[in-house]
Amino acid sequence: MNRFEYVRPRSVAEAVAAAAIPGSAYLAAGTNLLDLMKIGVARPERLIDLNHLPDLDIIEQLPDGTVRIGAQVRNADLAHDPDFRQRFPVVAEALLSGASAQLRNMATVGGNLLQRTRCAWFQDTASACNRRAPGSGCDARGGENRMHAVLGWSEHCIATHPSDFCVPLVALDAVVEIEGPAGRREIPLADFHLLPGDTPERESVLAPGDLVVALRLPAEAAGFAAHARYAKLRERTSYAFAVVSAAAALRIADGRITEARLALGGVAAKPWRARAAEAALAGATPDAAAFRRAAEAALAEARPSGDNGFKIELARRIAIRALTLAAAGTPDRLPALPASAFASSSTPRPRGLHV
Amino acid sequence: MSEIQHMRHGSSIGQPVTRRDGVLKVTGQARYAADNHPSGMLHAVLAVSRIARGRVAFLDIQSARAHPGVVEVMVTANRPALALHPDDKSVPFSFSMDLLQDDRVRYAGQPIAVVIAETLEAATEAAALLAPRYEAEPVEVTLDAAGAFVPESVGVGAPAEMWHGDVEAGLAAAAQRIEATYETPLQFHNAMEPHCVVAAWDGDALSLDLPTQGLALTQMRLAALLGIRMEDLHIRSPFLGGGFGSKLLTGPQVLGILAARLVGWPVKLVLTRAQMYGPVSHRSPTRQTLRLGAAQDGALVAIHHHVRTATSRFDEFLEPSAGVSQAVYAAPAIAITNEAVRLDTGTPGFMRAPGLASGSIALESAIDELADSCGMDPLDFRLKNYAEVEPVSGKPFSSKALRECYAEGAAHFGWAGRPLAPRRMRDADGLLVGWGVGTATFPAHMFQAEARAVLRRDGSGLMESGTHDMGQGAWTAFAQIAADSLGLGLDRLEFRAGHSDLPNAGIAGGSAHTASAGGAIHAAGGQAIARLAELALADPRSPLFGAGNVGVVARGGRLLRRDDENRGESYADILARAGLDMVEGRGSAAADAAATERYAMHAHGAVFAEVKVDPELGQIRATRLVGAFAAGRVINPRLVRSQYYGGMIWGLSFALHERAAMDPRTGRIMNTDLAEYHVPVNADVPSVEAILVEEQDPHVNALGIKGVGEIGITGTAGAIANAVWHATGVRIRHFPIAIEQTSRAA
Repeated sequence: MNRFEYVRPRSVAEAVAAAAIPGSAYLAAGTNLLDLMKIGVARPERLIDLNHLPDLDIIEQLPDGTVRIGAQVRNADLAHDPDFRQRFPVVAEALLSGASAQLRNMATVGGNLLQRTRCAWFQDTASACNRRAPGSGCDARGGENRMHAVLGWSEHCIATHPSDFCVPLVALDAVVEIEGPAGRREIPLADFHLLPGDTPERESVLAPGDLVVALRLPAEAAGFAAHARYAKLRERTSYAFAVVSAAAALRIADGRITEARLALGGVAAKPWRARAAEAALAGATPDAAAFRRAAEAALAEARPSGDNGFKIELARRIAIRALTLAAAGTPDRLPALPASAFASSSTPRPRGLHV
Repeated sequence: MSEIQHMRHGSSIGQPVTRRDGVLKVTGQARYAADNHPSGMLHAVLAVSRIARGRVAFLDIQSARAHPGVVEVMVTANRPALALHPDDKSVPFSFSMDLLQDDRVRYAGQPIAVVIAETLEAATEAAALLAPRYEAEPVEVTLDAAGAFVPESVGVGAPAEMWHGDVEAGLAAAAQRIEATYETPLQFHNAMEPHCVVAAWDGDALSLDLPTQGLALTQMRLAALLGIRMEDLHIRSPFLGGGFGSKLLTGPQVLGILAARLVGWPVKLVLTRAQMYGPVSHRSPTRQTLRLGAAQDGALVAIHHHVRTATSRFDEFLEPSAGVSQAVYAAPAIAITNEAVRLDTGTPGFMRAPGLASGSIALESAIDELADSCGMDPLDFRLKNYAEVEPVSGKPFSSKALRECYAEGAAHFGWAGRPLAPRRMRDADGLLVGWGVGTATFPAHMFQAEARAVLRRDGSGLMESGTHDMGQGAWTAFAQIAADSLGLGLDRLEFRAGHSDLPNAGIAGGSAHTASAGGAIHAAGGQAIARLAELALADPRSPLFGAGNVGVVARGGRLLRRDDENRGESYADILARAGLDMVEGRGSAAADAAATERYAMHAHGAVFAEVKVDPELGQIRATRLVGAFAAGRVINPRLVRSQYYGGMIWGLSFALHERAAMDPRTGRIMNTDLAEYHVPVNADVPSVEAILVEEQDPHVNALGIKGVGEIGITGTAGAIANAVWHATGVRIRHFPIAIEQTSRAA
């Protein structure tokens, strides 16, 4: 880890001013940044610590019903906030399906948006990676890339965005509030992350010094609460990134879908809003055929970036699963294994342990 | 000795005593090696190679040295001299080391320099500033590499080729045959505690805090390497944060010791998690082909187990996967063959049931495939082919309660009524359900071990043996054996372990530590009691005078007449009257050559697994594991059960999770952390049960103990693979089983 300067600003304005100096990085929980610093992928010259800023850790409901979530709210606090999880259960389910309890206690809302890809070649400084070192090439191509992108990738980068949290957020039209040297602005989350194209090193719309201060979920997003689920396929029952995941949110009236939201995770460099699928579902009866059609539409543009053709069909199936679960109705309580294939499976009572 | 054994009425052995070190560990007070910070201690950090083959052409030593806080950079040119070449292997269980002997790179992750600094952070950054330049050469790192050869031996001196009976004739005549190839992955040790050392020199004397599974071997090898006297080398190793076969002396630890010699201050060196994927051994990948044949009635007529595995270019350890096939199932013809390739990797080594874990998953899968071909229940098929004697050697077993393991395990699991055909069971949520079984087996080894016992005038006892607590609870189990051997309660016993100044307790390996060191402790205590009894029996003032013919019993700090336990006296009184401060006993243990010649000695078990598989997504969960094991005498059922749980979870890990992702273009491992190198988490093991099946073994050793440390991984991995087949109808022969394989079954 390189030597760095540590700055503890007392206000957002101070933070933004401090971070405008080149070589600066914001430190939220550090659950991702510090790991990357230890392996030499991130080498900031100064860290701007956000942990002591006032008012960034508040969840508030605005008069119009919008919920505004401060960027420093911890994942666990948001997921367990009774009002929030009642209005946005799919977001809580996604949050609780990610990482571990210890990490969720630390990790922040703002940091989650900005977590870096888990691509092994991005993390290995001896490998070529256009995202980490522009122009150096992409060793993920031709390597073992079964977990890599099947949508929106380019020949320069096939990495995925690893967040669970962002998947339902993008489905529910979340908006990101940004404070920067040029003042405050708002960006829909759907436009916040960038696809790699020719500039994979540009991962989001943030400019130097820009600070994510809050996320907003519009009031109407709570209208999906009765039919909203997150489904996540992973290689162990907990503490694993998604192979593929999907957030589905439906409004159903008189046996018909009046409005549908669908987003996919683990398939692209950004949380993937599947608008064509949503259009296909509007007005349909919520049944297997409709969900299959929607899933086909969602993955219509997908193509393997390597040994990952299997992910395309799995992405369809996870979309169908999330839609099926959403149509069945959000349960009163989140399952003990959120978003898991084994969520509702009865867990045998262990007889051998803890005796 | 037989007289003393006969007299002992144990009270601690067999009790589910909790770990003596439990409170220390859960309150953070247990002092592990790297917790020691001698005055003036500096921090050493390794710089490791990012190429797998070639040479280091340049290191920016100037920049590293100039970094604030850096004391020294150790490279080939200034590395203190060694008395032996790092490739010397004159001490048993030694492997070639990379100790900066030259500029060659033999594998990715090889140490190429050591930075010593005042802080860990300064050393870490300076190591990065070395920015090595390499002359890289093309690498070969997969089993498909050219140059396959037939090795002379595999494992530790096991024959690479063995033919018993006429396998080809058996296969030709078989009513049912299968031939299948199974692939197991490259796996790495991931003990919670990485390899480390804290080294402090005082002239030519050296004190070390170093976690090791073999204090005496480590002391021997290190003294020889460094050219110092054994008695000048003191190693403390009271606790290990896991060993699993990886923690004999390793090269990086020697580099820490050399760094301390170079700078003249104590030095601590701790490997990072990523640095654990290179110089500290691993399990090599295997490709195993099994050819099995059975008669019409399901009786096996032939087994051929062929293994292709790999070692490094510069040293040899070959995963002996086929060995399991000569010990488990009865067949008139059994053959084992091996081939190997040399790769640009670190040298493989002992890892969690070497050979048996990887061999068992292949054999148990193949047996299941043949049972299916024969239309037989997999448990019935195993019982049909039950080995009454060790199949190849023809020796009787010293004891074998495997039949009881099958029966108790099956009954507890609820195996009866299992549909023969796959893909017939679903749970209430529509998940596919499958049940599988596997046979567990592990040989009962014995190593040399010694112990010293003391009975003190205050009535307390002391037992000394340089044993190793890797987390398995050895400290507790040995204290139980010691207390019984001295006829004392645990509260009156001091047990000293984990230091090289103590009697040589052999190694904590091969699942033989309890049997070996426990045997020595048992003998030492017996000798101390015998000496005490001699004093009493010969003393006319003792109530035990003349009791020699009926014998005495040692219990609760007293010697008692066997025929009348109201007559006796305390150890303290005996010693006081004799005017002695203490009596001492020494004991040793080793394999009994005569018994080994006569009997086959193995622990056995049967593992039953239930898995659920999502029919569309292919995600797997092992929802129930039931293992029934027979391993001779159980010293502490709580700790033994815990060993079985751990082993079974490793078995699950083998079948479903663990795999190092090697980039074949570079030889680098691409998932060198516990986020990406998957092992099971709690949610992956909702129910694990271990049944301790009664087994008395009069031949295996004085205490009748077989090992429990590694057997759990065998049997379990295969049982899970077989359950996945039973759930899905798809036989997956490539491990760990991946989602793309099971989802294809949908």
